[in-house]
Amino acid sequence: MTLNDFKKRDCSGDYIFFEGEKKSENGWEAFQRVMKRTLKGELFVGLWVVLREMIRFDIHTLKYPAEKMEMGPRYRAIHRLLRLFESGSERCIGCGLCEKICIAKCIRMETRIDEKSRKEVSEYSINFGRCIFCGYCAEVCPELAIVHGVEYENASEQRAHFGLKEDMLTPLDTFRAKEQKEFSGFGALSDHADETVKQTPLAY
Amino acid sequence: MFETAVIVETVVKAVIVVAVVAAMAGFATFIERKVLAFMQRRLGPMHVGPYGLLQLAADGIKLFTKEDIIPQNAIKPIFMIAPVVAATSAFVAMAAVPYFPEFTLFGYTIHPIISDINVALLYVMGVASVGIYGPLLAGMSSANKWSLLGAARAVVQMLSFEVVSGLSILAPIMLIGSLSLIDINDYQSGGISNWLIWKQPLAFVLFAIAGFMETNRAPFDTVEFEAEVVAGYATEYSGMRWGLFFIGEYANMITISVLVSIIFMGGYAPLGFIPGAVMMLLKVSFWIFLFLWVRAAWPHVRPDQLMWVCWKVMMPLAVVNILITGFVLI
Repeated sequence: MTLNDFKKRDCSGDYIFFEGEKKSENGWEAFQRVMKRTLKGELFVGLWVVLREMIRFDIHTLKYPAEKMEMGPRYRAIHRLLRLFESGSERCIGCGLCEKICIAKCIRMETRIDEKSRKEVSEYSINFGRCIFCGYCAEVCPELAIVHGVEYENASEQRAHFGLKEDMLTPLDTFRAKEQKEFSGFGALSDHADETVKQTPLAY
Repeated sequence: MFETAVIVETVVKAVIVVAVVAAMAGFATFIERKVLAFMQRRLGPMHVGPYGLLQLAADGIKLFTKEDIIPQNAIKPIFMIAPVVAATSAFVAMAAVPYFPEFTLFGYTIHPIISDINVALLYVMGVASVGIYGPLLAGMSSANKWSLLGAARAVVQMLSFEVVSGLSILAPIMLIGSLSLIDINDYQSGGISNWLIWKQPLAFVLFAIAGFMETNRAPFDTVEFEAEVVAGYATEYSGMRWGLFFIGEYANMITISVLVSIIFMGGYAPLGFIPGAVMMLLKVSFWIFLFLWVRAAWPHVRPDQLMWVCWKVMMPLAVVNILITGFVLI
């Protein structure tokens, strides 16, 4: 394929134009059409299709409160803040990239220097009234600290629920029970990431 | 003494028929929801009782306890009486319909028909036509334009299909020479090959289609088609008055199913080792299922298409059928 093939915008040659059914010109043609439609048996095809589905009994109903749909890892619901697997301390380094990239301007964080003179995130909140769940924050995060969870049941008494740091951060007891799952969705490393990593050439 | 016995027997039969048919009509709504759900890969009602069986009771409670609203501008007495007309005419039609072969209970022979009159078929068709007054009165008294449209459609529809159902039934009557449904049933006794459906296939198809129109069921439910006229004549109705329309519709379905089974499909004649009563139940169940099946499968027709097919296709066919039958008889 050459560049010209890509530049060719006129694709009308590939279209098949459907003129619609031919209008019957006289009574004889109209009669023929009626006879054809009557004897074609298309109605029985319709009957067979629904009966087939009934016999197959391939029911697609999810009995919602009792059964829940398993969400894919790339589903973008309420955010989570993860902890480091080794130490259990927060992954977030307070770089502020998520705050910067957020196109809905719904992320707000406050940082300070703690007593060990390390940067610490004191407040982190997401205004879910404005969040559009675009996933940029998870994508941009260099530490995989903020990720999207899969909880889609967001009914609450307060709009501010879910959005504060303590709501999103993995609770310590959950973490100690080793129930924090690595994020496999937006911005995460792929399964074969180790194989694709190359040493930085010394020439740099 | 004898007359008292007859009166008591008739009253008992009437009560049984009304009770059983009303219960069956309620159960048919449940079956309809289930069958439609299965055909659309859904489960249908599941939460009230095992497999949703008690949904019926829940619906009943809801209908009975709902407020009975009468619109301000409605013509009150007519508005109130219309659903009763619809339900009664549906039940009254069942008086001349035999359901099972006669059987003996405690040494007393019982004919499972309330009244074996010699013009049974004419009577049933006539009363079923009176049933159109239900939608008509309801629609005209509701002070609602959707209702009025529904009523207009009901009349248009009835004018169209009554001709077809009457003419199509004429050919079998010419063959049998009697209007009594028991005579019609007995004419076809002795195996599947004696069924009238083989002698009168065209009349069978025409009468079946007219039956679908008569019951306002799926392809021809122009009277109450939600997408066009909201709920048609029943738009302003709520609670038990609406429920009466509903029961009337399902009772009509059962009547038509019984009629088609008796006139064309051998009725309650036993088949091999299967007793007649079971055959009748099988046939009626099949027809009820067909009503639901068709509703799941086929699209609606427009009122003008309905009139077109009735007047320009089905009525000439019925007349031709009568002519051919007449020539063959001569």
